[in-house]
Amino acid sequence: MENKYLQEELIRISGVNPKKCMRCGKCSATCPAYDEMEYHPHQFVNMVESGDIEPLLASKSLYRCLSCFACIDRCPRGVEPAKLVEAVRLAAIRKQGANHLTADKVPAMLDEDIPQQAIVSAFRKYSK
Amino acid sequence: MQRVGVFVCWCGSNIAGTVDVQAVSEALKNEPGVVFSTNYQYMCSQAGQDIIKDAIAEHKLTGIVVCSCSPRMHEATFRKTAAAAGLNPYMVEIANIREQCSWVHKDMLTGTEKAIILGKAAVAKVNLNAPLTPGESPVTKRALVIGGGIAGIQTALDIADAGFPVDIVEKKPTIGGKMAQLDKTFPTLDCAACILTPKMVDVAQNENIRIFSYSEVTEVKGFVGNFDVTIKKHARFVKEDICTGCGACTEKCPMKKVPNEFNLGMDNRSAIYIPFAQAVPKVATIDPNYCNMLKKGKCGLCAKVCAAGAIDYTQKDEYISEKYGAIVVATGFNPISMDKFDEFAYNQSKDVITSLEFERLTNAAGPTAGKLVRPSDGKHPHTIVFVQCVGSRCSACAEKGKEYCSKICCMYTAKHAMLTRDKYPDTEVYVFYIDVRTPGKNFDEFYRRAVEEYGVNYIKGMVGKVTPEGDKLKVQASDLIANKQLHIDADLVVLAAAIEPDKSARPLATMLTASMDTNDFFTEAHPKLRPVESPTAGVFLSGACQGPKDIPETVSQAGAAASKVIGLLAKDKLTGNPCVAHSNELMCNGCSSCERVCPYGAISYEDKEFRMPDRTTKIRRVAVVNPAVCQGCGACTVACPSGAMDLKGFASAQIIAEVDAICK
Amino acid sequence: MQVKEYKPLIVAFCCNWCSYAGADLAGNNRLAYPADVKIIRVPCSCRVNPMFVLRAFQRGADGVIICGCHPGDCHYTSGNYYTRRRMAALFSMLDYLGIEKERTRVEWVSAAEGAKFAATMNDFAEKVAALGENKRLEDLRCKK
Repeated sequence: MENKYLQEELIRISGVNPKKCMRCGKCSATCPAYDEMEYHPHQFVNMVESGDIEPLLASKSLYRCLSCFACIDRCPRGVEPAKLVEAVRLAAIRKQGANHLTADKVPAMLDEDIPQQAIVSAFRKYSK
Repeated sequence: MQRVGVFVCWCGSNIAGTVDVQAVSEALKNEPGVVFSTNYQYMCSQAGQDIIKDAIAEHKLTGIVVCSCSPRMHEATFRKTAAAAGLNPYMVEIANIREQCSWVHKDMLTGTEKAIILGKAAVAKVNLNAPLTPGESPVTKRALVIGGGIAGIQTALDIADAGFPVDIVEKKPTIGGKMAQLDKTFPTLDCAACILTPKMVDVAQNENIRIFSYSEVTEVKGFVGNFDVTIKKHARFVKEDICTGCGACTEKCPMKKVPNEFNLGMDNRSAIYIPFAQAVPKVATIDPNYCNMLKKGKCGLCAKVCAAGAIDYTQKDEYISEKYGAIVVATGFNPISMDKFDEFAYNQSKDVITSLEFERLTNAAGPTAGKLVRPSDGKHPHTIVFVQCVGSRCSACAEKGKEYCSKICCMYTAKHAMLTRDKYPDTEVYVFYIDVRTPGKNFDEFYRRAVEEYGVNYIKGMVGKVTPEGDKLKVQASDLIANKQLHIDADLVVLAAAIEPDKSARPLATMLTASMDTNDFFTEAHPKLRPVESPTAGVFLSGACQGPKDIPETVSQAGAAASKVIGLLAKDKLTGNPCVAHSNELMCNGCSSCERVCPYGAISYEDKEFRMPDRTTKIRRVAVVNPAVCQGCGACTVACPSGAMDLKGFASAQIIAEVDAICK
Repeated sequence: MQVKEYKPLIVAFCCNWCSYAGADLAGNNRLAYPADVKIIRVPCSCRVNPMFVLRAFQRGADGVIICGCHPGDCHYTSGNYYTRRRMAALFSMLDYLGIEKERTRVEWVSAAEGAKFAATMNDFAEKVAALGENKRLEDLRCKK
């Protein structure tokens, strides 16, 4: 029941229709953070579509997505997987209460091998 | 006032079972205009028809109403009966008291009541009927085929075989189209040139076929059976009838750095050129963009070496007007541009090629004489990655790709992969696919052979990124079944580009008033039952201009289009449907509303002189309907703001009379 | 006081190629629908002038339904699209005048949909019957 509600909520906040996906896998093919993720972009879309959202909420993959939007750019069907990832992230934050992380906890969680989400999305936003 | 006869049919018990036919014929006797009313067991039988014929003669009937089964069943029968008795067949109206009355109502009382009302409506209509005569127009016994690819060639050959003259208009210097560029054809692996070039020769030698190569259609006027077409013959600066095609000029031409479009720019040709050895017509053409003589007035070498004296630098574009009875569109397709696909690095690396370029690379007559080498350094590639659905099934961005499946890519990629593994077993071949679509005779077997016998690696997934690095192409892709991201160092990447209709198709469709879909494919008159006709009468469709198609499908559609053309040209006169729109020019204000809604382009405007009440004359623009083109839908009648437009056989007054009769 | 049994009068305009054939098919399959429905054959649904609809209501029709080919299937390529747009405008105007939306309808019925034709007519007749007589546009001069 909650899955159904969550699924609808995710589709609503992201504005993504996962049913448009034709399962070509170009999002996962193009993803630079693929190896760091437990669930890959195409799986995000598929799992939201099938309502299998709990594992996504618990997964670290949420914070491994760089938010570079390469998948959005390349998706031939206009599904926009990164928006879905962003929506799941938001759902996780809302679930835990808005202030689930304190600033001093962040450094320990960072992965040195991959660039930080905030930096990448800032580049994306402001480089235009 | 009409003298109407009413004939009520029992249809055995089909009607008489739930409708009191006697009561119906009695009731209708009192309707205005009715002078005779009767009923009979089977009106459509010979005896029944004789009753109608006798009554027409005896009572001098001017209109008849038959209360019987659906007009879709026997309207034609009763019209023939009326015609045999000397009455205009369009003075017959049918009241459908079987399918729409006796069969759907159980109760005698309601059935009879409704049958009487339906009969009254038919009587009210027939009172306003006018005799109609279908228009006749002559048929010009010559066909035009636009496009000289395999579709156009096959259509022209089939029409010519039936004895009708055909002209092919081809915008390139030679016919042959895309098929001439192909290496082998799936799934039998015949060599494309070996099966196509004999057909091209047949075209050249057929007395009934004229080829206008290097030409375009610039204007189409007229209608089915009577098209007036203007064809622009581009100046090729070579006299076609004198040139022998020896090729001496092409060898001597000093300007040899012109990208060869036949090989998709992978090698160069001279400024004067013959596209390929088996070109038809085998005539040289001077490319005015590169020829030094035409650009700077210096050179003239080709004229010097031409023994036949065929070179003419002063040649001008020529316009030819010709009349045709039918037009076949066979404008074909092109692969889409890869410019928007940055992720595949098509514009960054020479070793990322499209499938059509791959065809040329493996073709014995191609730029490498059939040796599969990398375009960049001429080395043999050891790892080749094929990417399917590049731009096909792409709904995200209309400028980048096409929403439809291009249909032929799965099969030609399997062919490429198989041929590569066959010729170069040391090559590792990967095919990235979303779905492999192989509906067709021996198609799936062919694909499975590529996998099982030739060891082609088919991977379910898509390539996300190609990065040139050193002399390698780094391919990043997903393998959805293994749930892995793959990184392949490839030597050659082949993109199965989506196909789109030729760019010349849309302006042509406008000229022909033929309709197109949003992808610029021509639409057919009926998607299932009239797949080779355009909704515009006299315009037929052949090949990929109607939708993506492989060669066998194209050839069968070409033959079908030809048979439709032959059926049309075999007639001496075309009899139209008399139920067409017509405009009352006194009421028409020339606003063009009707012209805009007409799906057939049947309405045009004329300036006509009118005599005004004060004895002056005034010129006004009024609508004129071409009855040979009008199909009688009636869209214009409603669009007309002044009520000038009406439809014969379904006039507004007639329909209103029916409404009134029903609502009484 | 004697009350005459109320029977709605419904005028159905059917295009020749799809809906009229669909109605014939309903007949062939003996699928019953109310006798209140009277069909007028037109070549295409786009032949139906809004004037015809007004005329029907003026003359005492209680409901008017226009049936055409499914969008994209029109025998004349685009006729039913015109119908859809014209009737959408007309019906909202009629609604404004007090002819309820339930009294007017455009329905797509193909030549194969005999069952749909009968079902549509049953449903439409029931809805119109529930609304009672149309009095808004009726021209009393036309009444006998």
